[in-house]
Amino acid sequence: MTPDLNHAHQHEREHQAVPSDPALRVKALESLLVEKGLVDRAALDALVDAYEHKIGPRNGARVVARAWIDPAYKTRLLADAINSMAEFGYISGQGDRMVVVENTPSVHNLIVCTLCSCYPWPVLGLPPVWYKSAPYRSRAVIDPRGVLREFGLELAEDVEVRVWDSTAELRYLVLPERPIGTERLSEEELAALVTRDAMVGVAKVVLPPSEGNYERHT
Amino acid sequence: MNGIHDMGGMQDMGPIQYEKSEPVFHARWESRVFAMFIATGAWRKWNIDAFRHTREVLPPADYLRVSYYEQWFSGLLELLVRKGLVTTAEIEGGVPAPGAARATPPLTADKIPAALANRIHANRDVQVPPRFKVGQQVRARNINPVGHTRLPRYARGKFGTINREHGVFVFPDTNAHFLGEKPQHVYSVRFAARELWGAQAAERDSVYIDLWDDYLEPA
Repeated sequence: MTPDLNHAHQHEREHQAVPSDPALRVKALESLLVEKGLVDRAALDALVDAYEHKIGPRNGARVVARAWIDPAYKTRLLADAINSMAEFGYISGQGDRMVVVENTPSVHNLIVCTLCSCYPWPVLGLPPVWYKSAPYRSRAVIDPRGVLREFGLELAEDVEVRVWDSTAELRYLVLPERPIGTERLSEEELAALVTRDAMVGVAKVVLPPSEGNYERHT
Repeated sequence: MNGIHDMGGMQDMGPIQYEKSEPVFHARWESRVFAMFIATGAWRKWNIDAFRHTREVLPPADYLRVSYYEQWFSGLLELLVRKGLVTTAEIEGGVPAPGAARATPPLTADKIPAALANRIHANRDVQVPPRFKVGQQVRARNINPVGHTRLPRYARGKFGTINREHGVFVFPDTNAHFLGEKPQHVYSVRFAARELWGAQAAERDSVYIDLWDDYLEPA
């Protein structure tokens, strides 16, 4: 360790403290930052609106549905996720670096960030609390099958589990398996089946019972 | 830093608390912390590695006890003060210091869509020779830096295989401390689950970890 690093580290230690009563203190900080011209309140509103209403798992679901119906798109997506997602406008060539990993009958992929909370924002939005929490982050790498069992997913012994720990500035998305019995569904109907959990790898995409009945009757 | 944040492989942290129909934010203040962090980031006074490190240096008991956005708020306050955008007195008083100049926010509402599609990224378009190639056997170095690092403890000293090469990225261990970007290649390295965890792991399972040149040595 260099002396510089040592100094920097001690400096960081001096300031850290967890504030009490966050709601009031956050409000006070926002007023201060706005008054100092450091942030634009309308920009804060627009950011919250974007992540509450525009950027979320529906984005990823459309990418998955396209890959299911268009083999050429799927090939592009697995080879170059950034530009393939850019076709939907979710990201630009200058945005997050993305990697898509494909689930098959013999391979199951699971995404985690053991060190913090890295997650593919442009296609899944902001991560749920469980993804950022100690139980998931700690056990996903050492006991992925146990974690999946907790989510209600029991994998056969001969399925190979690949866990992707997002330690760098690469963001991972699982391309789930297309469920059997969806051959007649449109791209839009397929997208509606794809869940956030399936794109993180803690679930499979399944047909809801009514959809299954619909398939069987047609 | 061998801190509580580096929790890959720990056990007994309890069951996963799954919330059905979970809202994006659980309280308004969480959404404001999130937005303030993005908006102040537009001043380019810090980087994502420095921000991550502010959370890592929280006292371990606090790290586990407080909510995620409380961690963010604490980190945001720390960076705002350290980088001179606000003073501790201003935070305590809630108003700008007398005579403080008023700035012009770099991020305005009209710029949000473009900003979100073009988020600040960490890869660098510079020519740096890669030290390893796809298919090569490597070993994650056994290092224990007291500063920021993205080499998880559970991988240190373990043998793996370069699975793919991601390109050149800034190096978190220096970047987090404002000691330079030190751009270098990042690889997805495949570690057999049994190499990491022993015979209790399934034979064909594996963990893929993104690692920088400086974290690796030839096996």
